[in-house]
Amino acid sequence: MTPPGKEPRRVDRDRVAAAPATAAAPERQHALNLMREMLRIRRFEEKCAELYSAAKIRGFLHLYIGEEAVAVGAIQPLESDDAIVATYREHGHALVRGISAASIMAELYGKREGCSRGRGGSMHIFDAATRFYGGNAIVGGGLPLAVGLALADKMNRRPRVTACFFGEGAVAEGEFHESMNLAALWKLPVAFFCENNLYAMGTALKRSESETDLCLKASSYEIPAWPADGMDVLACEDAARRALLAVRAGDGPCFVEFRTYRFRAHSMYDPQLYRAKEEVEEWKKRDPLVIFEAFLRERSLFDDDDLKRLEEEVGAELAQAVEFAEAGTWEPAAELTRFVYSERAGG
Amino acid sequence: MTAAPNTVRITYREAMRQALREALQRDPRVFLMGEDVGRYGGCFAVSKGLLDEFGPERIRDTPLSESAFVGAGIGAAMGGMRPIVEIMTVNFSLLALDQIVNNAAAILYMSGGQFNIPLVIRMTTGAGRQLAAQHSHSLEGWFAHIPGLRILAPATLADARGMLWTALQDPDPVLIFENGALYNMEGELAADAGAVDIDRAAIRRAGTDVSLIAYGGSLGKALEAAEALAAAGVNAEVVDLRTLRPLDSATIIDSVTRTHRAAIIDEGWRSGSLAAEISARILESAFYELDAPVARVCGAEAPMPYAKHLEDAATPQPAAIVDAVRGMMAERG
Repeated sequence: MTPPGKEPRRVDRDRVAAAPATAAAPERQHALNLMREMLRIRRFEEKCAELYSAAKIRGFLHLYIGEEAVAVGAIQPLESDDAIVATYREHGHALVRGISAASIMAELYGKREGCSRGRGGSMHIFDAATRFYGGNAIVGGGLPLAVGLALADKMNRRPRVTACFFGEGAVAEGEFHESMNLAALWKLPVAFFCENNLYAMGTALKRSESETDLCLKASSYEIPAWPADGMDVLACEDAARRALLAVRAGDGPCFVEFRTYRFRAHSMYDPQLYRAKEEVEEWKKRDPLVIFEAFLRERSLFDDDDLKRLEEEVGAELAQAVEFAEAGTWEPAAELTRFVYSERAGG
Repeated sequence: MTAAPNTVRITYREAMRQALREALQRDPRVFLMGEDVGRYGGCFAVSKGLLDEFGPERIRDTPLSESAFVGAGIGAAMGGMRPIVEIMTVNFSLLALDQIVNNAAAILYMSGGQFNIPLVIRMTTGAGRQLAAQHSHSLEGWFAHIPGLRILAPATLADARGMLWTALQDPDPVLIFENGALYNMEGELAADAGAVDIDRAAIRRAGTDVSLIAYGGSLGKALEAAEALAAAGVNAEVVDLRTLRPLDSATIIDSVTRTHRAAIIDEGWRSGSLAAEISARILESAFYELDAPVARVCGAEAPMPYAKHLEDAATPQPAAIVDAVRGMMAERG
């Protein structure tokens, strides 16, 4: 009920910050690093598709091709003791975070040497050393975890941030709204990184949301929110850096909507009946690797030799990862119920 | 033991509160979070006074967002805290089922042993207070179905006082189901009562003729039935399960092996119930010890009604337990 004399407040669209202007050209070493990271993801995912066809990888496999700029840009400003909560489309985030390609590939093979011992697979990559908390395959289910990780940091006065990645599909879940509210109410250090690739599996955002401006939704919880061009790695990095600065200042959470696009099918079982080929082709013109390479070449920060060297480095890492996964071992079925509960000392 | 310990007169509610206070005093990582745990003092007044003593950081009122605050408890546990999350009733826990089943119970396993979840979730369960079909069910059997969780059902003052601390020492998620009808139960408790084990069932009344296997709100009814049976010449043993997962099969089987008869009392619905699981274990391990078929006295298979006489009829009562046992004794031929 509205108190007398007070109009119901409408969320002001102007309160949603504008996207930043095009970033300045980066230092060459940093530029090469961004390029390398995006290439690592691209080649890793292409290899995954190939290995899926070869039946080396099974289950659901969700590829990140087309969205590389988001993980690469957004993770740059994270410190080593910050935390990441990701989704089931998380190979890229895991690679950028520093989990070895070999242990991720071994996980996809289901081998004991995998980062989750073959218990999780593609959708459940976990790594304690880099504070990588999944690999969450319930849409929206990771958000409350991020809120709790941040709550623990705040209660312990630890200056850490939790970066929480989720797709735009999660915005329809109650857990999104509950988590936004809780994080804002308690001023928790969470960077909410929404990867808006326009489709929740096959359901377009405009077919599932009455309000399609996602920043407005976050803003309605008093959370500073702004969009970023998710195909532009520098824009992604810049938006994330601004968000993390604000979060580290202790003002509570921030929200960034990375506007991106998935070039491949949702998973390996998706005939893509829900979108036009022309739409996909249109977005491919803004391939994050292609546009960043062109941007760097224009500024003489990148040449054919660089590309050849990066491809070789990435190719070598990938070959070694596949070799490691192939050589990996199967956990004996006798250990099936290990880690249902913690193993206690002496017991 | 040289002398009986000093005892204090206390209610189940106060025993729980003492347990919370002790946990908050002993471990700075412990905090309590849930709906109305602070200013209101807890829906059932369990946490009354704790806000004044420990402050709003550690006695943390939450919005009505079960999924978010249970999930936040999981995250905080992974972040090094020892959260106690209170859910007002078991029916409301369904709003957090995703977090409990898909995260709390699964993350240790999915992560290949990397991330354990030292979280305690407390909630009220059970009927007896005329709260009808959305506040009165006994769904602990559902949770006891789930690997990765430990499920406790304190039925005595000593367990209300002592299970929490032990649960907090567990590296994995523990759910404590407090039967709402027990909060006002009053009795004597040792003045120095403290932590108790959360692994074993307990024999609350030794007997020779039949094993009454109960837990939570049904324990008192089983004990009452046992007294009535004694007057009729049947010496019943009463087993308090205490921990619903993992079940202490050894104590159950040992009791049935001695008495040769078993009746299971479970406020949950009969079909697919905890009582069904216990019955199956008895049949698997002690079939040839039985002198009569296993009997079950369970909740009626209907949503919980409001009217008192209907609610009573829907839940196991001492008279029904007595009847079930008499039927079994008649099997003797």
